[in-house]
Amino acid sequence: MLNLFQNIHIDWLGKRKAFIGVSIFIMVAGLVSAVGRQYTPGGTEAFNMGVDFRGGTVVTSKFRQRPSDDEIRAALNNAGISDPVIQASTDKPDEVLIKIPLIESQASGEAVSEQVQQEQVQSGRMIVKKALDSFGKEAEGDSTLDTAPDAVYKIVGTDSVGAIAGSQLRNQAVTATLLGLVGILLFIAFRYDWTYAAGAVIAVFHDVLMTLAFFSVFQWEVNLTVIAAVLTIVGFSVNDSIVIFDRIRENMATNRTDSIFTITNDSINQTLSRTVITSGLVLLSVLALVLFGGEVLRSFSLALLVGFTLGAYSTIAIASPIAIWWQDKLGAAKVKDIQIASQSGEKMASASRRSVTRRPVTR
Amino acid sequence: MKNTGLWIRTAIIIAITFVGIYLVFGPRHSPTSADFTWQGIKNNLAQNVNLGLDLKGGSHLVMRVKTDEYLKRLTTNNESAALLAATEAKDDAGTSLPVTDGSYVAENGNYQVILNVSDTSKNAAIIEAVKKKIDFSYWTEAETGNSIVWTLPPREQGRLKEQATDQALKIIDSRINAFGVKEPTLQRQGRADSGQILLQMPGVENPERVKALVGETSRLELMKIVSPPNPSPVTKYPTREAALQTIGGKESDTRKVLPYVEREDAVKTAATPADKKPAEFVVVESPAVVDGSELRDAAAIQGRGGSGDYQISFSFKPAGAQKFGEWTGKNIGNYMAVVLNDEVKSAAFIKSQIFDSGEISGKFSKQTADDLALTLKSGALPAAIEYQEERTVGPSLGADSIKSGVSASIGGLILVVLFMLAYYRGSGVNAVVALMLNMLLTVAALILFGSTLTLPGIAGLILGIGMAVDSNVLIFERIREELRLGIDVPKSIALGFDRAFVTIIDTHVTTIISSLILYITGSGPIKGFAVTLILGLLINLFTAVFVSRTIFKWELSLRPNLQKLSI
Repeated sequence: MLNLFQNIHIDWLGKRKAFIGVSIFIMVAGLVSAVGRQYTPGGTEAFNMGVDFRGGTVVTSKFRQRPSDDEIRAALNNAGISDPVIQASTDKPDEVLIKIPLIESQASGEAVSEQVQQEQVQSGRMIVKKALDSFGKEAEGDSTLDTAPDAVYKIVGTDSVGAIAGSQLRNQAVTATLLGLVGILLFIAFRYDWTYAAGAVIAVFHDVLMTLAFFSVFQWEVNLTVIAAVLTIVGFSVNDSIVIFDRIRENMATNRTDSIFTITNDSINQTLSRTVITSGLVLLSVLALVLFGGEVLRSFSLALLVGFTLGAYSTIAIASPIAIWWQDKLGAAKVKDIQIASQSGEKMASASRRSVTRRPVTR
Repeated sequence: MKNTGLWIRTAIIIAITFVGIYLVFGPRHSPTSADFTWQGIKNNLAQNVNLGLDLKGGSHLVMRVKTDEYLKRLTTNNESAALLAATEAKDDAGTSLPVTDGSYVAENGNYQVILNVSDTSKNAAIIEAVKKKIDFSYWTEAETGNSIVWTLPPREQGRLKEQATDQALKIIDSRINAFGVKEPTLQRQGRADSGQILLQMPGVENPERVKALVGETSRLELMKIVSPPNPSPVTKYPTREAALQTIGGKESDTRKVLPYVEREDAVKTAATPADKKPAEFVVVESPAVVDGSELRDAAAIQGRGGSGDYQISFSFKPAGAQKFGEWTGKNIGNYMAVVLNDEVKSAAFIKSQIFDSGEISGKFSKQTADDLALTLKSGALPAAIEYQEERTVGPSLGADSIKSGVSASIGGLILVVLFMLAYYRGSGVNAVVALMLNMLLTVAALILFGSTLTLPGIAGLILGIGMAVDSNVLIFERIREELRLGIDVPKSIALGFDRAFVTIIDTHVTTIISSLILYITGSGPIKGFAVTLILGLLINLFTAVFVSRTIFKWELSLRPNLQKLSI
């Protein structure tokens, strides 16, 4: 039997101050990055928002002979686009992503008129096409670079989002994330106890905030798929917390003598091999996504990679310690209740009366 | 026989597996020998799985009908018609009613028609006269001070907006059908009164022409030009201001100034607004003699003179023809304007009474003339539309995405399988069988429910594998713990499954909750992700718990004296 992490006795709760310190450090770094970037004149913004949320156009173009980024930028500047982002595709050398911001930015600071907003989606692609036409012909319609010998490039994909749709998508994403959190909070409160729910949700917030900190510091692009990734992180982070909570609940029912701190430490250590193996395997599948998933899923995979790593860490370092420590602080009176309850032969019930009694104690 | 339960479990698993294999790889026609070849299986798979636009290529457009514009036009039209009706009406004594003027409010969600009167005692007569001509049944009526006010309540605004969106949807539908778009998806999106419409067109790589065609308002009106009759030439003004001066400085209910643009190309290319020629202006009489709703047919025809230019001929329905005939009979020699979307396309003098047909001349290309005729025929949109979102994926980009999605799935699966076999040995086989079955059944469920597989969907599939592995790990680790405590093999397996099951349910439910919320609130790509993840999780409850346990049971039943479990 191949075994990892057997008979481990780490005092996780004793180290909680160090863990919380690390987390606070990363979050402060994220906050400094976000606030600093936002308020530095002429600098980047807090988050590198993709066209999904900010509006704008991304054109993916395939070239027969790819011009240099500077050449493409010059061509776009000539077409009147002042600050395009040229991004080479990491896995396909002949493809390039051209991102242009909302067209109103070129209208020399004019107010966002409805007309201009409408023209984003109407003409974003056309402007890029006009610029690229300076390199030669596009393979239009159904023809490809192979079937049209005189063509030098072909636009293979367009994403164009108007300002209104962008803000709509943004609101939708925020609503979805918050609703998701509320749903999970309610479920855990129902299955366990509100202190556990609080611990799990603090851990989840922690993971989400830390992931966002990474996105701000490294300026990875935030788009719709990142929101999906964040919600997945939420789900997995809560998963990890639940596995440990389940074990704490079980140990509390069978072990009346040890302190709540000892039981929590034991529970974390007992489930440590599961936590490490599962997180490791999930990270392996995410790594496959990062490596082979292509450009479209890049932000998504990066968010998952960071979020899952943090999720495993936060379960051990944040969720359980906070849940238990808090329960202990707030529930000083409750501890006495438990003793009385256990003397009277009732099932111990600090975590949740309902759940513990439902579960037969076998040992 | 003591194994009956085991046999039933096995039969269930085999039956479901076969259904899954058939759904994913089986043909939807009576099978031939070709269906069992590698190529045949691949073809069937490609046919069965409903790929999303991001994988097979196509165009995804979100547009919005400017419904507030529609309500505004409704309000202004009602206002001018109400004023006209009130000023033309006489009371019983034959004297004119005391209406001084009219105004309207059409902004910030308020829509009101206001008639000002000099003598409130005749209000009842005025209201009666107005209501004879205009349907104000959904408007609330109020008499305040020296005015009569009709207000459109918010609930009715919502209803009218919805109605306008539905109408636009029908018109767009007929346009894209006439254009020949294959297998389009056209549906409303968002809240009922949001005015949003989603159009998906598989295989369309460059949607520019469809976009122009769908977005063309095509509001056709025939109006009388204020000008001395033929033979003097039609009166045009170089600027809007010059034209306005002749009608007292501002437009009124009966006089409008419109640009006169005889453009090369009628279909707007928004990228080149600067290329428009500077327009001239004419003054026209309002309201229009007839409008596009009276059209019976429109067609593009080649212009005379063989210059290769096209023009559009149109004909009226009987009622419109009657109206038009009467009017042209009275106006021989006068100038008439053909107005398309508030731009005068051509001005011609009326030679003789015309009943049922006319022409829009102008230097159109064949394509624009065809498109214009098509949009005229399908009817005018109730209001202009704007595009909010366009996502187009060429087939080559889609094929690349499939390739990367498939290699990511296979790469992830191989890594996981290798680890499970190395770490859990014999029991790892259980996990691998469960994982494979999970993937097969998730795809089968996608096909069964007619869901589309998108790139984020593939990511959901991969994460589903992650969750499936987690369930296996939870169970196996638990079994190991029980074994370590010295409990015998059958009991350990039973305890491992029972104890882990509670945790598995809890973890699955939380993830399903967050995925469900993603599915409900999310848009296109996120929905695809949520669907596969939810299906994967549900199926995992079957594969990781039921299937894996059945395999353990077989092992125990075949080797009753098992002392050491390979785990």
